[in-house]
Amino acid sequence: MRFLGGKLLHLVLVLLAVTALTFVLLDVLPVSVAHEIAGQGATPADVAAIREQLGLNDSVPVRYGRWLAGICRGDLGLSLYSKQPVSTAIASHLPVTLELLLLAQLFALTLALPIGIVSAWRADSKLHRLLGTLGFGLASVPSFALAVVLVYLFSLRLKWFPATGCTPLSEGVRVNLKGFVLPALSIALVEWVALMRVLRSDMIATLQEDFILLARARGLPDRRILLRHALRPSCFTMLTLFGVQTGNLIGGAVIVENLFALPGVGRLLLSSIFSQDFPMVQGCVLLIAVGYVTVNFVVDVCYGMLDPRVRREASGG
Amino acid sequence: MVKKRGITFWLSVAWIALVMTCAVGAGFLPLPAPDQIDWACLATSPDGVHLLGTDNVGRDIAARLFFGARVSLTVGVIAPCIGLVFGSLLGVAAGFYRGWPERVIVGAIDVFLAVPRLVFLLVAMFVFGSGLPAITLALGLLCVPSFARMARANTIRFAGREFVLAARATGADDVAIVLREILPNALMPMVAYALLVMGYVIVAEGGLGFLGLSVPAPAPSWGGMIAEGREVLERAPHVSMIPAAAMFLTVLSVNLIGDGLRGWMDDRESQL
Amino acid sequence: MTVSDTHLLTVENLSVTIPSSAGAVRAVDRVSLALERGRTLALVGESGSGKSMFCRAVMGLLPRSAVVPGAARVTFDGRDLGGLPRRELAAIRGREIGVVLQDPLSSLNPVIPVGRQIAEPMRYHLGLSSARARERAVELLAAVGIPQPEERLGAYPHQLSGGMRQRVAIAMALACEPKLLIADEPTTALDVTVQAEILNLLGRLQRERNMAMVLVTHDLGVVAGRAHETAVMYAGRIVEKAPTVELFTRMRMHYTRALFDAIPRIDDPPHRELGAIGGQPPGPAAQRVGCPFAPRCWRAEERCRTEEPPLARDAGENHSYACWFPLSQEERP
Repeated sequence: MRFLGGKLLHLVLVLLAVTALTFVLLDVLPVSVAHEIAGQGATPADVAAIREQLGLNDSVPVRYGRWLAGICRGDLGLSLYSKQPVSTAIASHLPVTLELLLLAQLFALTLALPIGIVSAWRADSKLHRLLGTLGFGLASVPSFALAVVLVYLFSLRLKWFPATGCTPLSEGVRVNLKGFVLPALSIALVEWVALMRVLRSDMIATLQEDFILLARARGLPDRRILLRHALRPSCFTMLTLFGVQTGNLIGGAVIVENLFALPGVGRLLLSSIFSQDFPMVQGCVLLIAVGYVTVNFVVDVCYGMLDPRVRREASGG
Repeated sequence: MVKKRGITFWLSVAWIALVMTCAVGAGFLPLPAPDQIDWACLATSPDGVHLLGTDNVGRDIAARLFFGARVSLTVGVIAPCIGLVFGSLLGVAAGFYRGWPERVIVGAIDVFLAVPRLVFLLVAMFVFGSGLPAITLALGLLCVPSFARMARANTIRFAGREFVLAARATGADDVAIVLREILPNALMPMVAYALLVMGYVIVAEGGLGFLGLSVPAPAPSWGGMIAEGREVLERAPHVSMIPAAAMFLTVLSVNLIGDGLRGWMDDRESQL
Repeated sequence: MTVSDTHLLTVENLSVTIPSSAGAVRAVDRVSLALERGRTLALVGESGSGKSMFCRAVMGLLPRSAVVPGAARVTFDGRDLGGLPRRELAAIRGREIGVVLQDPLSSLNPVIPVGRQIAEPMRYHLGLSSARARERAVELLAAVGIPQPEERLGAYPHQLSGGMRQRVAIAMALACEPKLLIADEPTTALDVTVQAEILNLLGRLQRERNMAMVLVTHDLGVVAGRAHETAVMYAGRIVEKAPTVELFTRMRMHYTRALFDAIPRIDDPPHRELGAIGGQPPGPAAQRVGCPFAPRCWRAEERCRTEEPPLARDAGENHSYACWFPLSQEERP
């Protein structure tokens, strides 16, 4: 448990550092928020009043402290423009991001697991080389370029999926999912390659182990050897990478969200930065950082579940 | 492996050379200006006048492609160099001195990696101003942490090796050891990695361009061209597809060259 | 009584070549031998002499790139293993041949509890229920001398000591009551104090269960008193083969003598130099002309370098060797 406790402390420290850093970074932006809110024709006095009212005159540490205190009360602040609570805005954008993320990573694993396993199993075959080349090519495609190609093929030509927009879940799961297929695919088709590669190379190493030779000597079928004996000890690097990728997708899928007009956290962040809506940016950054460290935390816990050797370290301290 | 590397490796080199030539020669070639609008030709297919056709507002795609290549290549070459230089400095310092400098640097890298990239990029570009130098610098800084991590790992690996201990035993000081013994060894794999980063940076610049955040309009960038082409995607897919293909081939070539060099270096290392 | 009735395993003319960048490597070279039920054959040689590759060939677990020339014939329990379909071969491997390898840590899957690993082949090959397989696993762990076997079922390999792991590996090999146990350097990775325990355990289990055993080792000292017959391998070939007592008392090969001298003895004066064999075994793709041991042999003459000695036996004796100038009476230990 001490192992987990140490991890948690580390996470909290990272969160504090990230949010503080964001405050500092945002502070260097030329602040014109008060001007914009005051509108044209406002006197300097009006602007000063608005600045005072928004608390923009205080120093960075004071504002950061105030923001932290707010968080402890569960209050992320109000948007400077719409006066909507930041938490409400994020709550309305988060489901879209999560659905996209889940679907994309599901697609990526669906491709990476079987192909990585088969290609490690037949490591000296033509198939292996073909997959290697194909993966190399796909890994070189920018996801937005791929998205444009996908839209052209499956939306404009074949008309299987909508090109943009997001239908709420309330209008039916099918319609809703349809809107997410192309965005998720444009992310997954680029990401699965890296997952497949690390799985393949770890698995090739595992298959050289004596315990695999012995499993074969015990006459177990290849399928069972690959899935029961070789997969679990081979998937640690892949799991780490999977965590990093998933963390990056929380608020990192800006381009894809933008391209398919999905109202996700990435788009919220982008528009808030443009309008210099600081409380909103801070809220998004906090969410992204929390997501990032949570995913990594979950990955660490998964290590313990998959590998008894880690578990011992964890409990033995 | 050597035989197999041959043709794809050299094709990649040829493609990069071609892109470079086009980027450098963009101003001298008999092409329309990249922002010159030909109202008679909106999103036309390639023909005698417009080599690769025109985009949705009637600008020559070939000209925009060549001028856009300047952006991609400048960013792609300079940003990894920035990352390599500063990353090596930090990483070698962390790996060589260990102790508190290492803890500070590693901690800073961890925090930096958890800051959303978009926030960092946009803030950096606000600070440095828009335009090519700002984008290059911002993307370069973004590469620093991964280079620093790698440099640190390599430094730690080599700092304990016999030849470093031998140099220390003969009385060489820290600077001499780092410059003569560690850097030459630690740098080799990092240069190969820099090529990988080059591909990544070209894609990242494309992404910024796609969001309209790269070089300010009407200056062309490949990402921006792909985005603009979406308006006529159904009618004239080539407006998006041509810059997309150019970007794909460039990134693929860079990756293939990097892969080839890595294989070549592995061979060398195994012979040592 | 036909040959296949007495012999559990017969190997005729088995060669294995492995292609490599430096040319084809003959890992196993025209090996023929036979093993009766319930008896032990020791295979002795330096590392790289082809012992392990021979075992893998018998199990049908050669690397994918390996080539076995057609003249080879491996018969197990009256069945020609070369002619069997994959599935049947796998069934024979799992049920009738058990294997123990050198490194017990890498022989066990690090992420599966040992109980499950022992039970797996029984459930798969014998169709036992999970409860029954568990019971059997406890019995097996007890049989290999593991205290509190029920509690050990859930242990992971890293939680056990080296000797314990090797006992677990042996229990795993015995799970389906094999007729043949192949033990490939079963004690090399273990502490000296544990080595004898494991060897005695193997011997006891073999007698109790009437298994045949192929005991592979680089240490001629391990063989004495444990194997009925001993074959000495060098560069993929069997160069000397005889009943163990016969081999020790009347060895003919200079190579065997060198292996014999390499055994440390309790009555040695302290600080005696161990009798290491000078030179290296032949390189992988070395052109095979003459006796492969000739470059390292003090007795070698011109004939040894040009003409390969056949593996032959003197009339009326059960002792074969491949040497033009065998050890004389005075040269034997």
